[in-house]
Amino acid sequence: MGIVIEKLPGITKGLPGGELLLTTADYFVDLGRRASLWPMTFGLACCAIEMMGSYASRFDFDRMGVIPRASPRQADVMIVAGTVCKKMAEPILEIYHQMPEPRFVISMGSCANCGGPYYDSYSVLKGVDRIVPVDVYIAGCPPRPEALQYAVVKLQEKIARMKLSQAGGASLQQERGSRDVVGGAAPQPLPGSETGPRIEVG
Amino acid sequence: MNKGAMAPDQEQDTPLKSDSMFINLGPQHPSTHGVLRVGLTIDGEMITKAVPDVGYLHRGTSKLAEVRGYHHCVVLTDRWDYVSAMPNNLVFCLAAERLMGLNVPPRGDVLRVLMCELNRIASHLLFFGTYGIDIGAFTPFLYAFREREMILDLFEMVSGARLTYNYIRLGGVMVDVTDEWVAKCREFIEYFKPRLDEYDTLLTYNPIFMARTEKVGLIPPQTAVNWGLSGPNLRGSGVNYDVRKADPYCGYEQYDFEIPLGKTGSCWDRYFCRVSEMRQSVRIVLQALDKLAPGPVMAPGVAKVPKPQPGEAYAHVEGARGDLGIFLVSDGQASPYRMHVKAPSFMNLAILQELLVGNKVSDVIAILGSTDIVLGEVDR
Repeated sequence: MGIVIEKLPGITKGLPGGELLLTTADYFVDLGRRASLWPMTFGLACCAIEMMGSYASRFDFDRMGVIPRASPRQADVMIVAGTVCKKMAEPILEIYHQMPEPRFVISMGSCANCGGPYYDSYSVLKGVDRIVPVDVYIAGCPPRPEALQYAVVKLQEKIARMKLSQAGGASLQQERGSRDVVGGAAPQPLPGSETGPRIEVG
Repeated sequence: MNKGAMAPDQEQDTPLKSDSMFINLGPQHPSTHGVLRVGLTIDGEMITKAVPDVGYLHRGTSKLAEVRGYHHCVVLTDRWDYVSAMPNNLVFCLAAERLMGLNVPPRGDVLRVLMCELNRIASHLLFFGTYGIDIGAFTPFLYAFREREMILDLFEMVSGARLTYNYIRLGGVMVDVTDEWVAKCREFIEYFKPRLDEYDTLLTYNPIFMARTEKVGLIPPQTAVNWGLSGPNLRGSGVNYDVRKADPYCGYEQYDFEIPLGKTGSCWDRYFCRVSEMRQSVRIVLQALDKLAPGPVMAPGVAKVPKPQPGEAYAHVEGARGDLGIFLVSDGQASPYRMHVKAPSFMNLAILQELLVGNKVSDVIAILGSTDIVLGEVDR
């Protein structure tokens, strides 16, 4: 650190005011990631209407930096809003892999969590976490827009704990999904996180 | 595509040949209003074939009803057409009440009409907002949802839920409304009436919007009838059929309202039918509020586990999307032997394979949005 500070005046000559802000790379990168979570507009069923409601006038998701994107290539987070049927499971997996990393998944509503009212249906996948790793689960049928916003806050808290040293490259995430990144090589609850990698909301 | 420059006369003799291309519209597409996939074959800009592929939201409701009790089936009905759940509750209850011979008290009937019409407004507001987005106007969405949230507040006050109400039960409705609710409902209607004129200036007579929708997606009346369309899609073509008038239920014959009709069957006509229906629904809501006389809201003696006599019953209502029907068969057990849903969205979707052909790619979303389908109802 000492060496860096000795050399700093030469490096920072061009900065306006000559002022400095020292921070860690982890904080800086995580700040950028968590402050502009762009979800994909991806509605499956009833929950999609509540998801639209949270983008609309009263709940105004934009103020949290959440702006819906139409293409998975531009999105950070996939909100699985609704019942995942077996026919839809394959497209969901494909869309998940089209998203750039790091990517996150919010499972919205009872159907996406565990099948919900369709727990005994022949055509419904009992939980989207059987095919993609889920970061935050929201309970409800459908959850209120406030619950979705709380889930995004929880996801932001989780991103704030991500470490570049433990998941620097894309390969680890690609291999194991985003929920294991927090704990590093083996998923362990970090100090300060009571619930561990899996966060229940609602 | 590029065959080089041709002389004008030669071009007329041999039209420019181009390769046809296959595009997938969906299942993940922001404008399909759910998980619909349409396989489009296009020749240049023109659509030569359109094949809707449904089933991405097939949840097996009809089969599940065979293992659920009658009261539990009402919960499943909420989730067909999740944008307007009250008529779904109602149609199942009407069919089941016919099986069981239950008579709903007058106040229960009025509340049912009241809730269905409020829900029709909420559903058409959602259409108004999302159709604007489909065409490229984002602002109407914010206006529509502002008013829609107020209706959802009213529903939340009576049923506790914003979207899936389970409010209309076998034999009546879940709970009575309070005087406070009635006052709030009147307040909303007073607030909402001028908003309808605002929508007209915002979107209905907007020249860009009219240019995109007015001569697009024409459905002649005979075609509409042949494909079995119902609801605003049918009435947009000028066919006067509305279950509330043709086969009144819940005392709709006592209410004074008109059926808005379109002229040409274009996307704009279908849109305009829905906006006009909101005005009529406002009229019905006001009349229903005046009709609310004190009394019970639930028929006495509704069994906790109803086991109707063996038999069958059909009931249909005018949902926000059209003629929604249910056919119930009972074999005397605690759950229906068979439940068949005649879903208007499914029929309205089927016409796409004829309607889209011959249109430009840019009109596909305008036509698809104007049919106002809900995939939960298409696939069940």
